[in-house]
Amino acid sequence: MFDYEQYLRKSKMPLIWCAGCGDGIVMKAMLRAIHKLQIAKDDICMVSGIGCSSRLPGYLDFNTLHTTHGRAITFATGIKMVKPELHVIVITGDGDATAIGGNHFIHAARRNIDLTVILFNNHIYGMTGGQVSPTTPFTKHASTAPYGNIENPFDISGLAAAAGASFVARATAYNAIQLEKLIQKAIEKKGFSVVEAMTPCPTTYGRRNREGTGVDMLLYQKDNSVPVAKANKMDAEELQGKIVTGVLVDREKAECRQEYQNLLDHFSKEGEVDS
Amino acid sequence: MATSRTRILSGNEACAEGALAAGVRFFGGYPITPSSEIAEELSRKLPRHGGIFIQMEDEIASIGSVIGASIAGSKAMTATSGPGFSLMQENIGYACMAEIPCVIVNVMRGGPSTGLPTMPSQGDVMQARWGTHGDHPIIALAPFSVRETFDLTIRAFNLTEAFRIPVVLLLDEIIGHVNEKLTFPDPEEIRVVERKSGRKINGQDYLPYRVTESGVPPMVSFGEGARYHITGLAHDETGFPTNDPEKIDQLLRRLNSKLDAHRDEIVEVEYSNMDDAEIGLVAYGSTARSARYAVRSAREKGIAAGLIRPRTLWPFADREIGAYADQVKAWIVPEMNLGQIATQVECASRFSRPVHRINRVDGNPINPVDILKKIEDLV
Repeated sequence: MFDYEQYLRKSKMPLIWCAGCGDGIVMKAMLRAIHKLQIAKDDICMVSGIGCSSRLPGYLDFNTLHTTHGRAITFATGIKMVKPELHVIVITGDGDATAIGGNHFIHAARRNIDLTVILFNNHIYGMTGGQVSPTTPFTKHASTAPYGNIENPFDISGLAAAAGASFVARATAYNAIQLEKLIQKAIEKKGFSVVEAMTPCPTTYGRRNREGTGVDMLLYQKDNSVPVAKANKMDAEELQGKIVTGVLVDREKAECRQEYQNLLDHFSKEGEVDS
Repeated sequence: MATSRTRILSGNEACAEGALAAGVRFFGGYPITPSSEIAEELSRKLPRHGGIFIQMEDEIASIGSVIGASIAGSKAMTATSGPGFSLMQENIGYACMAEIPCVIVNVMRGGPSTGLPTMPSQGDVMQARWGTHGDHPIIALAPFSVRETFDLTIRAFNLTEAFRIPVVLLLDEIIGHVNEKLTFPDPEEIRVVERKSGRKINGQDYLPYRVTESGVPPMVSFGEGARYHITGLAHDETGFPTNDPEKIDQLLRRLNSKLDAHRDEIVEVEYSNMDDAEIGLVAYGSTARSARYAVRSAREKGIAAGLIRPRTLWPFADREIGAYADQVKAWIVPEMNLGQIATQVECASRFSRPVHRINRVDGNPINPVDILKKIEDLV
């Protein structure tokens, strides 16, 4: 049995998450990944925005920073530029990262700064009561889409890939083993890494869309997940409504903090300071 | 190698030099007229000083990166103008609430909205005080020359590091772009304040928002072994969110009391010819240059005019101005807005004498002759 307690701030429990929420599963997968990598707690900086998933860092015994809505990546960028030796992990949700924080998300990917983003995608604004989000599927219901969503959703992993991220992967709360492995790879990767963690929100999304309990929603993930290798052989129609899981992007690119280090090293060798 | 310590510089360049002299190690910004030269200077110089320069995707990101950098232990700043300053407001409030030192330079241009990108204004004075929501402490400084921009940039860092309150440095387009002689002080003459952080504090013993006598808790940077929590939510001494009314009240009052407790260290005012002044001028930033000229001309004509020039705009120099409430017969407040500081002068002088306004919002500076004429009219 994995000892989670070594990473928890138990005095901050109970968690704010609802029964059936998948966020705890993602958190546990992340802790196992961190443990496997043997990263000291002092060397981890966890930065979040606003929302249900963004409350996560408060429960963990790391350097934890709960920022403003959508801006976690910007704070994380400042920290990483100043202290590149820290493992900076951003905890964010679909609304936090791709609505209000969308600009920062794509620019961090473009810049390719060595941050690990664990993006909890539950298709809804859970904390504020179930409003439509940038990943609410077409026609699905939300408190601000009472007649069904008339807008098209983002493919978050596709967005991260197109914007230039070094590493992009998707996994479900149902497949927590895969999630753990992908988070481990994402942390190891030098460059901007995104793990899109699909996580059910039975309270504000499932109920309104008649998708059942948290368990029912996890089973839905199980039945509709397609490994990336298999998905590559399927056409668009077959992929409709499927969750493609696995490593979607893994590539080598110039990483912005390392490039800056090269510049610093150049000038410190030159010993030239003034003017 | 002996280099000349005197150079001709713009206010924006002097701001960058002052920041370096104060030990800035992080600049995150976004281009905007008329402040961009500050970013350009620091993009060239910071890598040579072992510091970080990063151009972010917008001003919201800029101030976010600055706060992150400060949490990681660097002296950090950004520079912008009106529209960008508006975008920064939410995160400035975060820095007030979480007590993260940072310097925000606003080279004021005409507003509202896109306004007058290349023309001077002093229209953001009230925004500097109350731009972000909620009761919060803030410090704002307003230099009136290139040399003073250098000095007050250093001071801005010293104040923010000492009190963990964000400091807004209010330049205006004239000060940002005017070129003047700057004789650099010897580095050993420059007083540089470091944040009270001290040693590594072991794990759970570090109380990040401990109530101290000064009201300013010591700050340990992330990555130094303290492993604590920072949030913009109302929090208790541990840094974790709380809904306990007593603790919330204690936090909000402590945050704001930092200004009261250290007010006299923060507020700086320059007086000229005030001892026997019957007409008192209050002016700041580039407008103070016109006011100073007008006072000198008035004195030559035998008129007892004087000038109070707040170098610190927030907290306001109310006591300093109030001390002359009964002496002067009338006040004149020239400013490049529609009377934002004039209202403060009325309060500070307890409405004992009329406060005459000279306002311009057409993108042009206030002419000394217009101020002199107003002085003569009042005699």
